[in-house]
Amino acid sequence: MEATTYNYKVVRQFAIMTVVWGIVGMLVGLILAAQLIWPDLTFGIEWLSYGRLRPLHTNAVIFAFGGSGLFAVSYYIVQRTCQTRLWAEPLAAFTFWGWTAVIVLAAITLPMGYTSSKEYAELEWPIDILITLVWVAYALVFFGTIVKRKTKHIYVSNWFFGAYILTIALLHLVNSAELPVSLTKSYSAYAGVQDAMVQWWYGHNAVGFFLTTAFLGMMYYFIPKQAGRPIYSYRLSIVHFWSLNFIYMWAGPHHLQYTALPDWAQSLGMVFSLMLLAPSWGGMMNGIMTLSGAWYKLRTDPILKFLVTALSFYGMSTFEGPMMSIKTVNALSHYTEWTIGHVHSGALGWVAMITIGSMYYLIPRLFGRESMYSTKLIEWHFWLSTIGVVLYIASMWIAGVAQGLMWRAANADGTLTYSFAQVLNTMYPFYGIRLLGGALFFGGMLMMAWNVFKTVAQGRVVNDAPIPQAVHA
Amino acid sequence: MDSGTLSGIVTIVFIVVFIGIVWWAYSRANKERFEDAGRLPFAEDEPPAQQGDKK
Repeated sequence: MEATTYNYKVVRQFAIMTVVWGIVGMLVGLILAAQLIWPDLTFGIEWLSYGRLRPLHTNAVIFAFGGSGLFAVSYYIVQRTCQTRLWAEPLAAFTFWGWTAVIVLAAITLPMGYTSSKEYAELEWPIDILITLVWVAYALVFFGTIVKRKTKHIYVSNWFFGAYILTIALLHLVNSAELPVSLTKSYSAYAGVQDAMVQWWYGHNAVGFFLTTAFLGMMYYFIPKQAGRPIYSYRLSIVHFWSLNFIYMWAGPHHLQYTALPDWAQSLGMVFSLMLLAPSWGGMMNGIMTLSGAWYKLRTDPILKFLVTALSFYGMSTFEGPMMSIKTVNALSHYTEWTIGHVHSGALGWVAMITIGSMYYLIPRLFGRESMYSTKLIEWHFWLSTIGVVLYIASMWIAGVAQGLMWRAANADGTLTYSFAQVLNTMYPFYGIRLLGGALFFGGMLMMAWNVFKTVAQGRVVNDAPIPQAVHA
Repeated sequence: MDSGTLSGIVTIVFIVVFIGIVWWAYSRANKERFEDAGRLPFAEDEPPAQQGDKK
């Protein structure tokens, strides 16, 4: 017999873990920010040293927080816009337990110092294999559900999720090609500048397809739903989708400006990064214009505030990114705090805020409630996050530009004007402001945890959400 | 054929395909179909509190 309800169980599991991993990952970030001010903060314990916690932070916020959020929303959206229950549900359950196992293994091995030393792909080869298995299962469940859909069209969000799933599979397989020498140590299959290029082809597309494309899938569903009107231009969303796919793949070399990478490849990376501005801003306009005629909702609805502010940060960071890829700008910005500011404008402003807004929409629906336990707390969360991000990125901009200028300053005889320690000393106040911004953002996440806890406690587990019957086939 | 010619051909093919996609997205014949697709998230709308209740 055909299923008459949606599978909310796996969505619920991932949604709750999104909040949990968000708090864990951001707490580690907060410790790192404090360590930069007080290097002896963790008493010299090697497992808690900066170098080991840093990959734990990036993996936790990107793959644990962001990844769980994406699993949750993609399973929810694909079911509801295809009007069918998930295909191969045991595999979907495997993706939850498998992904959670990957995260736990990362949390154990990274502090112990096991690393392949590839940025955002630090996990050692046995974990890489587990990631591959989970991802294949994810692809099967997602595309299987698309195949058995009851609707005529495939909603645009699902196109974005599909591209993300396929691309991440390709990136992971190519970049993680490695030769194991023991259970806990492997060496990359590539060497020298080829290794660097493969790494940043992976690294930038992790940004492009994991942190951008996939979260745009989230945006294209939750903004229309929360605003109560269809996306401003569905046709623009199609062009947005294809132009991102055509261009993103080639932008990776901008991470290697002025390195041993051939000059033409550096310029190629710069040109493609500049071109990315067009689809990025097209997509941002499309999301924001969805509110036209419903702007007043922004005044009272904190969930919509989260979603729309996220889009504004998407616009800001996709303007900043192409600008930083210009070689002459990059000569100043690269290796400075400016890069950290840019990353967090995207990660906190865009990725975290669109995820938080979507979770506030989703969680009441998964627990049979009209809305979250407290809308006022969402409002507070919104303002804490916004002020936190602004403090974070503004301090890092100033710190980064100062750092870049001081590093390149030279005396008349060609010697450097400032020593490294002098530059570092200049950074202290900005590190302090960054820590404050991060703490505000983290404080907001704690409010979210309380709000989610109360919502779950007062709600009931929904396992019987009905699939609309007799739809046009 | 050297690699320069090949990249030139690939670039032209990509541009043509991309223009084709834009033309397809904005062609009048597809207007209704895409507006229809845009309404998909609204094909089901019950208040969340009732969404899960067995009738």
